[in-house]
Amino acid sequence: MTATAEVLKPKDYKSDIRPVWCAGCGDYGVLNAVQNAFAALKLSLYDTVCVSGIGCSSRLPYFLKTYGFHSLHGRSLPVAVGIKLARPELEVVVFGGDGDLFSIGGGHFPHVARKNSDVTCIMMDNHIYGLTKGQVSPTSTPGMVATTTPFGAPDTGSVNPLAYALTYGASFVAQSFSGNPKALSEIVQQAIMHEGFSYVNVISPCLTFNKIDTFDFYKDAFVDLPADHDKSNLVAALDKAFNPPAGKVYNGVFYETQRPTLVENLKKVNQKAKADKNRDLNEFVEEFAI
Amino acid sequence: MSDLIIRIGGEGGEGIISAGDMVAEAAARSGLEILTFKSFPAEIRGGYAMYQVRFSKDEILSEGTGFQVFCAFNQEALDKNRSQLVPGTVLVYDYPGGDIAEEVKIEGVTCYALPMSKIAKKDLDMYRAKNMVALGALSFTFDIALESLKELVKEKFGRKGQAVVDVNLKAIDAGAHFMRDNHKKTDPYKMGSVAKTGKDVIIISGNEAVGLGALIAGCNFLSCYPITPATEVANYLAVRLPKMDGTLVQAEDEIASLANVLGASYAGAKAMTSTSGPGLSLMQELLGLASMAEIPCVIVDVQRGGPSTGLPTKHEQSDLFMACHGGHGDASRVVLSAENVSDAIELTVIAFNIAEKYQTPVLLLTDGSLGFRTESIKRPDPRKYSVVNRDRFKAGGNGDAPSKYLRYKLTASGVSAMSLPGDAGGAYISTGLEHSESSAPSFTPEDHARMSDKRFNKLASVVDFVPPPEVQGDGPADLGVISWGSTLGTVREAVNQARAQGLKVKALHPKLVWPLQEKQIKAFASTCKKILVPEVNKQGQFAEILRGKTGVDAISYPIYGGLPFSPKQILEKIKEVLK
Repeated sequence: MTATAEVLKPKDYKSDIRPVWCAGCGDYGVLNAVQNAFAALKLSLYDTVCVSGIGCSSRLPYFLKTYGFHSLHGRSLPVAVGIKLARPELEVVVFGGDGDLFSIGGGHFPHVARKNSDVTCIMMDNHIYGLTKGQVSPTSTPGMVATTTPFGAPDTGSVNPLAYALTYGASFVAQSFSGNPKALSEIVQQAIMHEGFSYVNVISPCLTFNKIDTFDFYKDAFVDLPADHDKSNLVAALDKAFNPPAGKVYNGVFYETQRPTLVENLKKVNQKAKADKNRDLNEFVEEFAI
Repeated sequence: MSDLIIRIGGEGGEGIISAGDMVAEAAARSGLEILTFKSFPAEIRGGYAMYQVRFSKDEILSEGTGFQVFCAFNQEALDKNRSQLVPGTVLVYDYPGGDIAEEVKIEGVTCYALPMSKIAKKDLDMYRAKNMVALGALSFTFDIALESLKELVKEKFGRKGQAVVDVNLKAIDAGAHFMRDNHKKTDPYKMGSVAKTGKDVIIISGNEAVGLGALIAGCNFLSCYPITPATEVANYLAVRLPKMDGTLVQAEDEIASLANVLGASYAGAKAMTSTSGPGLSLMQELLGLASMAEIPCVIVDVQRGGPSTGLPTKHEQSDLFMACHGGHGDASRVVLSAENVSDAIELTVIAFNIAEKYQTPVLLLTDGSLGFRTESIKRPDPRKYSVVNRDRFKAGGNGDAPSKYLRYKLTASGVSAMSLPGDAGGAYISTGLEHSESSAPSFTPEDHARMSDKRFNKLASVVDFVPPPEVQGDGPADLGVISWGSTLGTVREAVNQARAQGLKVKALHPKLVWPLQEKQIKAFASTCKKILVPEVNKQGQFAEILRGKTGVDAISYPIYGGLPFSPKQILEKIKEVLK
């Protein structure tokens, strides 16, 4: 993480591009919380890269003044990993939605997590495809009525992003709510500070297309994880991910552990390789001499 | 004689390829040129494997036509090659005591029975030495570098101890002595050696050559996904990139590979991925992103037989349409194709230079037979290559206020200076959305039109950046041959033969296949009465692109059997067209 020399306020991170989100969208709360977190961490505008895929939430990097990469639907994570591997000193933060990260891009998540690639992933979960005007997503409630499922989605299960992240080896897993920017900002700060792959599941309701997972539903549902929750215990974290109290949603850090990151392990690879013979182009050519 | 082709066939895992590599290296040491050709089963063990070496006192242009000598390790190999054992050829086969049950007699074919299994098992008590028995016999009978071979055995096996050296030397001698004592040489094939000319030679495969070219070009990032026949590019670089402070990762799929590459290049790396057709098809959407966001990257496609899993270990040049036209929308790119192993080095460097200079994706097409084959080539000097790096943003360098950096600024060349994360004043959003000069999303008719023009017009001078296609032969001709990729070498050989026979034939050898060097192609075509386009794919893909882009009335000559052309096939077609 590179801190900036000048003191930046949250508003200094905001670009002059106007968000395209509907009035009242949960993503505004995320944008505010992210600006607050960046300011609190004194992140440099130039050494921070915000990466996204496609979807309403994936527009977020445009609304910040940092470097950004608005990539393809589902591909934000591998793009972010490429950036981090090429330039480990950069702070790389990924933004995306439930469709982007868990449906079309769902195949990348396990590998980025298990390799402990040192990027932070902030998922804005609205349980719906918003940009295409309302279709069920992997986190939608089974049976949901939407445009391509007018008689109710035939899906009998949905993805539990927290359990998914925990199972595949994310070394930091947390959840928060766009309706509580202060709590969210604190968790985003912890996630960015974490060395290794950090995942933050943000409940960010879509007012326009999702009539189930509404602000009204969530505003009283959030409770902090119990004070005695052992966040170093993976099984306890999974238990909390699967079994929140009835009608409630947990806010807080489910799991946090320290493991060598992909960048650290690749540094070791380079050291091992360099200890071996033949280290420059002429020697590489010489290997083929007869 | 100046040219000899020996083919060895047997069961995969019998050491055919390692034996072939040894005799090739020994021959190169004795001053001969060599070009090897390998074909093996898709399975890891078992199945028919074939290794062929062409030896010559002169420059070798292709795999050649058929073989003069065939060495059969088993019955299956003999059966598979039986139709090519024509009068004048020689068969050396494992008999008696091996897999071949009966003595072989073929009209006009010299057949030498060599009990290689029996000698290895009974006399040497080491069945695995069968390949060395065969090598000794071949090397002795056809006078190919027997002494160099023994020297090589001492060097290669020295690390494993004297006992291993001795048994291998004994096996070579046993094979040689058996031939000396049991057969009177009745065939005319004797290679001999060449007086050392002081040539500084290396032996390298097509896939390794791509890797070496990438290192010379300054590549410092590769993300890959395993796929035959491209995996050796990554295998090669996995050892060398980290020594140069580079990074190589194996991603979860080809989509992630190219996404890694685009992220790394955006952040300043010189990045590439290597794949084959199925992988390239998965990368198509990201290829569109690379074009739209103007991100330099190199994608090497070692083509194989398709579609789908197709013929994963066989030869085909059938990804050209996908390379040139694949993907959605109007996506600009540059496509190069390599003729031979030397080219694979040169063109990989050129591919990186174009990617950097024009901020564009560049595809380099090779193919399975080029990837696997080895050639003796002149030792490259890494210092002699010019290496191009992208035009970097400097704060205020464009005459802009620092806060007004325009990543996609419209310039005369179409190329805009690129900032990298960390550059103060250079922040922008690299984007797959259509955008204005500043990179902000913009869907106005004006911006989509002018940015589309920018992405294509900036590539206009690529046709001059790549050396002009070489013309073989001069003056007006009855027939001109235009081809691409590894078929070029075979065309060169066939056209040399045709011209030696007095036919008015010439050839053009383009390495840039998209965009086409239209000026040179049209000029060439204007001197030829007819144009023939041989290539290894069903649809005649290059012929179609040539017709569409240059109006040249190309006669397509496609073959699609999973094997490369032989010079004889092309020569016969030339004669047929000229009739």
